[in-house]
Amino acid sequence: MTARSLRTWSWIHKWTSLVSTAFMLLLCVTGLPLIFHHEIGHLTGTEVEAPPMPPGTPMADMDSVVAAAQALHPQRVVQYLFRDPDETEQWTVSLNDSVVATDGAKYVAVDARTAKVLAQPVFDEGFMHVMLALHVELFAGLPGKLFLGLMGLLMVIAVVSGLVLYAPFMRKLEFGTVRRDRSARVKWLDLHNLLGIVTLVWALVVGATGVINTWADLVIKFWQFDQLAQMTAPYKALPPPERLGSLEQAMRAAIAREPAMKPGFVAYPGTLFSSAHHYAVFMRGTEPLTARLFKPVLVDAQTGQVTDSRELPWYVTALLVSQPLHFGDHGGMPMKVIWALLDLITIVVLASGLVLWTRRRRTSEVAVDDPLRVGASS
Amino acid sequence: MSAVPQSAGAKWRWPIVLGVASAVGLLSALLGDAVWDALSWLGLGAPVAVAVWFTWRPAPK
Repeated sequence: MTARSLRTWSWIHKWTSLVSTAFMLLLCVTGLPLIFHHEIGHLTGTEVEAPPMPPGTPMADMDSVVAAAQALHPQRVVQYLFRDPDETEQWTVSLNDSVVATDGAKYVAVDARTAKVLAQPVFDEGFMHVMLALHVELFAGLPGKLFLGLMGLLMVIAVVSGLVLYAPFMRKLEFGTVRRDRSARVKWLDLHNLLGIVTLVWALVVGATGVINTWADLVIKFWQFDQLAQMTAPYKALPPPERLGSLEQAMRAAIAREPAMKPGFVAYPGTLFSSAHHYAVFMRGTEPLTARLFKPVLVDAQTGQVTDSRELPWYVTALLVSQPLHFGDHGGMPMKVIWALLDLITIVVLASGLVLWTRRRRTSEVAVDDPLRVGASS
Repeated sequence: MSAVPQSAGAKWRWPIVLGVASAVGLLSALLGDAVWDALSWLGLGAPVAVAVWFTWRPAPK
């Protein structure tokens, strides 16, 4: 590498890091509890466990599941039902002032086998909500998300430029060398290089998939505009139905259409994920990967007949696949622990990078080890 | 510590091994459970183990 390109890469590494480091530290710190959000939710009571019942216990009628939630909020309208792929024995029903409202939903967790209310979880307050809001959008909505995405992009560039700089900095050192007998700065430099290079692929993947996740709102909006609008086009001119038919019947029709899949999310007629005329039943697979992907099945809310169903387009698939790769929730508890350790190591990489910047050019010893100063080409 | 410049192969051997291990670890848990999960723990555990070892290993001699 020539001295000139070394200086260019060094400049890129320094500035992309300096601009993004404070935000990356925030994301690492807030991300740490989020890795365990499921476990923390169970401890604090935000998430409840349905009581164990013998396998094969029949499921309750979906209309009675919804009725149980509706009874607690008679003035509100049902918007969505969702359930975890691992906790299929309970549905969470969201109810709001209107079908199109996006804020202020109330949630009711209902046992899918008995149609009894399990809990009324509150997702928009408390410690974990603060962590999530800071991590996802800095409490600043879509602009906050897009800003963090930009910072993530800088971080990805910082990681790549760090990889380019690794070779000249390590040209005289064996892998893993940490020189403890020299100045503190040299030790920090060695730790930065060591921890940075071993976590590189993980950091790159988590960074890039995090950036993709900041576009989630836009991707979903585009899907609604692109695919959902096409699927519901034949109903566009019709007046909205006055009475909705049975959800149970609609879900049976969706399951009959995709017998190998399980419903994971239901959007009520009139919501942003459906039309005024349809129950949109989002079916998912049962394998680790396919459980992340959804296939929408639109069911006429009056006749209970399936009217359309299609595969997700590539851009929604990309978003949904990028989520586990960012969350680290696809390999059980051991993976979460490893994810947390990698997160902690990344904090050390960020902090050591800051130390190296604040202590630059203060010790003459550095010049010997710093290829930038020797103008080395290798 | 060696003062002799290493060949490119030697310099990149461990970063490449750990990078591939990380990638396998990230992806295998998406492919299945049980064995695939265990493979992902090994793959992603490797960089953590290497980081811990070289950060805290006793000074030579």
